[in-house]
Amino acid sequence: MIKAPIGSGKPAFWSVQNISYQAYRLKTRPELIIGVLALCFLSFVVLVPLLQIIQDAFTFQSYDLSYEPDGVVGSFTLFHIDRVFNQPISTALFYKPLLNSLKMGFAVTAIALVVGFSLAWLMVRTNVHFKGVFGAMLVFPYMMPSWVMAIAWLSLFKNDRIGGSEGLLTYLTGIQAPDWVAYGIFPIVITLALHYYAYAYLLISGALATVDSELEEAGATSGMGKWKRIRVITMPLLMPAIGSAIVLTFIRILGTFGTPALLGLPVRFFTFSTQIYASINARNQGDAFVLALVLIVLAISFIWINSRIIGVRKSYVTMTGKGFRKSESDLGKMRWPITILVILFLCMTVALPLILLLWESLTLIPGNYSISNLTTYFWNGKGNINLAYGEPGIIHNKGILEALFNSIKLGFAAALFNGVLGLLVGYAVVRGRGARLSKWLEAIAFAPYIFPSIALGAIYIGMFSTNIGPIPALYGTFTILVLITVIKNLPFTSRTGIAAILQIHQSLEEAARVQGIGWFRRMFRIIIPLSMSGLVAGMLLTFITAMRELSLIILLISPGNMVLTGLIFSYQEMDMSQHSSAVTLMLVLLIIVISVIVRLITRSAGVGRLNVT
Amino acid sequence: MGQILLDGIVKSYGKVVVVKNLDLTVQPGEFLTILGPSGCGKTTTLRMIAGLEEPDQGAIKLNDKVVFSRNNGVVVPPEARHLGLIFQSYALWPHMTVAKNITLALKEQKISKTEIAQRLENALDMVQLTGYAERYPSELSGGQQQRVAVARLIALRPSILLMDEPLSNLDAKLRTEMRASLKRLHRDLGATTVYVTHDQIEALTLSDRIIIMNEGQIMQEGSPYDIYHHPANIFVAEFIGDPGINLFKGTISNGMLDCGAISIPLPTTIANRGGNLIAGIRPEKIKVSETAKNGWQEVTTGILQPTGANTILEVKAEDIPITLLQTGFITLSENTPLWIDFETDALSFFDTQTQENLRNEVS
Repeated sequence: MIKAPIGSGKPAFWSVQNISYQAYRLKTRPELIIGVLALCFLSFVVLVPLLQIIQDAFTFQSYDLSYEPDGVVGSFTLFHIDRVFNQPISTALFYKPLLNSLKMGFAVTAIALVVGFSLAWLMVRTNVHFKGVFGAMLVFPYMMPSWVMAIAWLSLFKNDRIGGSEGLLTYLTGIQAPDWVAYGIFPIVITLALHYYAYAYLLISGALATVDSELEEAGATSGMGKWKRIRVITMPLLMPAIGSAIVLTFIRILGTFGTPALLGLPVRFFTFSTQIYASINARNQGDAFVLALVLIVLAISFIWINSRIIGVRKSYVTMTGKGFRKSESDLGKMRWPITILVILFLCMTVALPLILLLWESLTLIPGNYSISNLTTYFWNGKGNINLAYGEPGIIHNKGILEALFNSIKLGFAAALFNGVLGLLVGYAVVRGRGARLSKWLEAIAFAPYIFPSIALGAIYIGMFSTNIGPIPALYGTFTILVLITVIKNLPFTSRTGIAAILQIHQSLEEAARVQGIGWFRRMFRIIIPLSMSGLVAGMLLTFITAMRELSLIILLISPGNMVLTGLIFSYQEMDMSQHSSAVTLMLVLLIIVISVIVRLITRSAGVGRLNVT
Repeated sequence: MGQILLDGIVKSYGKVVVVKNLDLTVQPGEFLTILGPSGCGKTTTLRMIAGLEEPDQGAIKLNDKVVFSRNNGVVVPPEARHLGLIFQSYALWPHMTVAKNITLALKEQKISKTEIAQRLENALDMVQLTGYAERYPSELSGGQQQRVAVARLIALRPSILLMDEPLSNLDAKLRTEMRASLKRLHRDLGATTVYVTHDQIEALTLSDRIIIMNEGQIMQEGSPYDIYHHPANIFVAEFIGDPGINLFKGTISNGMLDCGAISIPLPTTIANRGGNLIAGIRPEKIKVSETAKNGWQEVTTGILQPTGANTILEVKAEDIPITLLQTGFITLSENTPLWIDFETDALSFFDTQTQENLRNEVS
């Protein structure tokens, strides 16, 4: 055998040869470059802000001077910690909101889980009628802002406590709803649960559909009774989904702002999220930072405890699922009664709120629900100084149209960036599998999941209110809304991206490489077309979330970057219920129409038809 | 053009060393097969040649150009190595038609449209898929998909072809057909070919030269004839041949190898060694008679497996199992007495310790 004359062995680490080798190597492995860039970017927008607010929470700020005039701005202090945990004011600032948030979180999670689970079981495992229609309707709440129910609730039960108009109940019966019905924890829990059941439903029905009936039949043949089969076989298989549903719901509830603000603030019922909002508004940012940190710690410990109890380490599967053979149990005599029950439930959670919003938006004088009081003024009125502070109806209202434009822009921008980022993260994680870089990247892309929305907003205020090096202060800009929306949705889109890239067998890209096709062409001709269906689904999800999001951005919006959700909130605060109802209705319709269009386009383009090997 | 040189290649995944200091030269136009059990490092070697994996140490030279040298800090990415590679899974792009699959890389190379059309037609013609240009891969059978993968490679006209178990996803009948057409392809293109497989039939039928790998090391290299007839060690002897080689362990005494129930004649050079050794003989190199013959050894039949043209006979000399291969469709009831004799030229002898073939040592 001829000995090849080109040498072997390994050069020293700092030698020119080794450095040249490492440089070449980086060039031949685009996933490393992307991985490093993505890791730097994500560290900057996820980790740095977190460290920043930790630092700010322990630093004496100029706005603290009004409490402690002799403090030194910029020095280390436990002032904020002391205020939040250890002062007379702490009860109102921390302990009550903590208790309220926990009560709210547990109650909503429990109800949402029971409702979601029951519906999932009915839809997947029984022969209830109208499954197709129900299936489409049940995910409706997912497309609506979580506080639509709260606005609808106020239309129904608003009493004379906060002045202004009264609700439909009072109009029809003359009875004032008691405070505990109109405001506070009771309506908050009910309205949130009637929204968040959709998450539990989606996750559990997805998992349920993947449980092969044959597994249960195997149990039956070995002599297990029906309940034992469910307990021993089905439930353990559903546990990861149930665990995810619990974690997802609880963290979202901790971070949710709209509903507790609408239904809690009138009776001074504070949760963590509304307290953070109040502290920021009162220019006590330090308090808000401490509260946000506690919220994050709370979320992390909840994930930890939950994973301990459920015994599933990865209790955060995403919403996917493909069915195969399923046996449906016959409801027998109960088939129609249960179907009617589901119809009633859907009327209550989907139809009723929308009808109430429509009706409210059509009343000329708020609180008067008679036919003679109906008007289209709040949709197409040109503005009348005697009505609603002279604010014109939607189609003539510059503020609303601007916010509408901003919302759509935000939705598309966030979806686009999320899609690109999700794809690149997925690519770097999957192609770099096994390396530390890949693990870090996956972990950091998932990190925003544990930040409750309002806390992430607070973090971003702390980080981007001043300029950082070449990056100008982003507070009040449209950019920061896009940034925070992209980051908050990244755990989901990066998972979609990872799943999409995993589906594309490595050899499909390698075949192109060997044939001399460069990285960009490979991405555009092979990777992107093949991962399109997953990506579009993920981007649509981001679009919907971006359009309906309030908790995440409430701290960051200002007149300069107003979006529809923020506008609705301010109308509601000013008790302009017709405007808020009309705009809300418009927002919901917009989300639905755009999702339907996207689905139609992607279907007709045959994106889902591909048989990816 | 077309030469491949591997020098001192080492590759490990974590603590597992999959290729240990591999030196290899493939001559222009040669058909070389790397044969070995799964996990022996053969696919990794192929992928390192293609540039899809990076060696930890060593150097690779293709077409007289260094494409990888850890020492000199050279790494040429796969897209600049100008090779052809056929994957086990074919790796056809499912969202493109056959024509697009074949021409995508050509368009990248700024080849004129008429030339591309010409090459497409030519490639499809060579794999007998004319008229299939507008089909999608999912609309083709497994064998047709395989041929598209081959056509994609032909159109690029690389001087080096790499094939990673290209036939393993096909059913047995199609495999025989495709084997012949791959051999024809190699003859027509005249490209240097490195073929990776775990299937010894493919290796024996296709190759000019075979390299047998195990645990990241070359166990033997040589022509198919050599590998089959003169296995360098027990691993190769057992790995090649179906039904497998017969191995007998025994002690040398009186110019014979005494294995208990049977004894095997030894050439004098071997007999002079003394001590223990292992003798190997292929099943078809044992003569069989239904009547007793002078000097032949008696065995009794066990299970018979007629495959049509041949029959595999499992027989026993007392407690020593022996496999025989005879032409013809043989039916015999169990426990029939038979007499066998070894073709002495066809015997191989191995050291019991090193497991190496003694032929290398003696000559």
